[in-house]
Amino acid sequence: MTATGKAHKFGSDINTDEIIPARYLNSSDPAHLAAHCMEDADPDFMKKIAPGDIIVAGKNFGCGSSREHAPISIKAAKISCVIAPSFARIFYRNCINIGLPIVESAEAAEKIAAGDTIEVDFESGVIYNRTKNEQYHAKPYPPFMQEIMRHGGLMSKVKASIS
Amino acid sequence: MGMTISEKILAAHSGNKEVSPGELIEGNVDLVLGNDITAPIAIREFKSLGVKSVFDKDKIALIPDHFTPNKDILSAEQVKVLREFAREQNITHFYDTGRVGVEHAFLPELGLTRPGMLIIGADSHTCTYGGLGAFSTGVGSTDMAAAMVTGKAWFKVPESIKFVIKGKLAKWSGGKDLILHVIGDIGVDGALYRSMEFVGDTIENLTLEGRLTMANMAIEAGGKNGIFYADSKAVDYVKSRTKLPFTVYESDKDAKYVEVREYDASKIEPVVAYPHLPSNAHPARESGVKVDQVVIGSCTNGRIEDLRIAAGLLKGRKVHKDIRCLIIPATQEIYGLALKEGLLQIFLDAEAAVSAPTCGPCLGGHMGILAEGEKCLATTNRNFVGRMGHPKSEVYLANPAVAAATAVLGKIAHPDEMK
Repeated sequence: MTATGKAHKFGSDINTDEIIPARYLNSSDPAHLAAHCMEDADPDFMKKIAPGDIIVAGKNFGCGSSREHAPISIKAAKISCVIAPSFARIFYRNCINIGLPIVESAEAAEKIAAGDTIEVDFESGVIYNRTKNEQYHAKPYPPFMQEIMRHGGLMSKVKASIS
Repeated sequence: MGMTISEKILAAHSGNKEVSPGELIEGNVDLVLGNDITAPIAIREFKSLGVKSVFDKDKIALIPDHFTPNKDILSAEQVKVLREFAREQNITHFYDTGRVGVEHAFLPELGLTRPGMLIIGADSHTCTYGGLGAFSTGVGSTDMAAAMVTGKAWFKVPESIKFVIKGKLAKWSGGKDLILHVIGDIGVDGALYRSMEFVGDTIENLTLEGRLTMANMAIEAGGKNGIFYADSKAVDYVKSRTKLPFTVYESDKDAKYVEVREYDASKIEPVVAYPHLPSNAHPARESGVKVDQVVIGSCTNGRIEDLRIAAGLLKGRKVHKDIRCLIIPATQEIYGLALKEGLLQIFLDAEAAVSAPTCGPCLGGHMGILAEGEKCLATTNRNFVGRMGHPKSEVYLANPAVAAATAVLGKIAHPDEMK
């Protein structure tokens, strides 16, 4: 499974209030959440992106709240994956659970520039920067997480296990 | 091999004699909770599975506290989802306006959060119950849904950091200042994926409410959970609230910690976390920052001891003419106690506004939102960009004593600066 898109860069400690501000949490409709994705980090983000694009950020991406609305918003905005040196733990867990691919790679996060065309191979963990003709490697997921991702998310896996 | 309290609880709930950091386990949860923002997604996911009943109607808590009393139509619809699901599933612990409180202040009152329990909640401040010696951690709505079906959740056993705090608390400092100091020291990801265990004579002398305040903000350092040994203060409190059973675990002498950090409490003066990170610690003394609003409340500092401290400083004084001061007792019981003790009259006489329990302004919901350019000093737990309103507003975090002094003086100050 791969993802290809242009990179959009953000700094460190991007938090869930910036990803999806609380003023939009009176609804969990994915389309509504997508419309306001990353709004308090970059109010013009939704005007800039194309489906399949990739967020490349600094350390501790997704820190703050447990709100699943944050990864839902990113996924519904059709961002294909998020690359960062590290992720806040609840956000990381939520992404695995809903099937939004996230990739830990300090090297990739540092070397990718805004606008670079990036191709990510989730099975091998290889990140290919087409623009710069560079390759970076990501930490692989532990096997049980790969299993959740293979099912497309936690609920699908739970469904499979109870049927 | 020696284990920490956190490891012992995870072992006990996964049928293991022992566990070690890095290990993946599946744990039986004692309590799963969600609020009006997070539970609707969980309920939707639950229903999509076609499962008839929740795993245990007594082990789920649905607490509409964020955008209640119903903030607007959409929020009312979200609460309705919780209410209808609670009715349909016969969920024991659903509470509506007039009974409900801010979840992490309310659930301990109900005796639902006890030493030795394994608790997950679709709210990041679920880590609060570590103050009572439970292993308690925040998760997302999908984890909540899966747990409502199976009664289980997966955990990666975290490494533990030991925070040793010794010495007599400085005047006007409390649990809030200890935790803000620690977060300022290690950063917002300083405890990432780790368990934060707090020990030392300062902690032993700290009230239970002070420990709950500290555990509440473990997530602000990226921690998986915060935890305290459940001593007689914790045990007496729990016994006063419920007859339900509990288990007190103690960390073994040879338990392993990835890091040990030591602090001298007598040197920790009241701290203010400046915008826009909880780690941006500054002394309250002579801060001088002019603000527009003060909020005293939240799952961090909305309990009766917090209100007593604020009332002690507001008594006979008035909130500065340029300040809006909002005081939000975190539960109906706290509200009633504050009324009985005459605290609410002190607040009214001081020209502060007193609200029904709600998370409200803490996360920029309602009951005190900030306009562009406005600043608020709050006893809450987060000060990210746009946290309490307009993206160009600012939030400063502090303890209730600093909040009261700030309300009176119109600028961020140490209580000593009041005449």
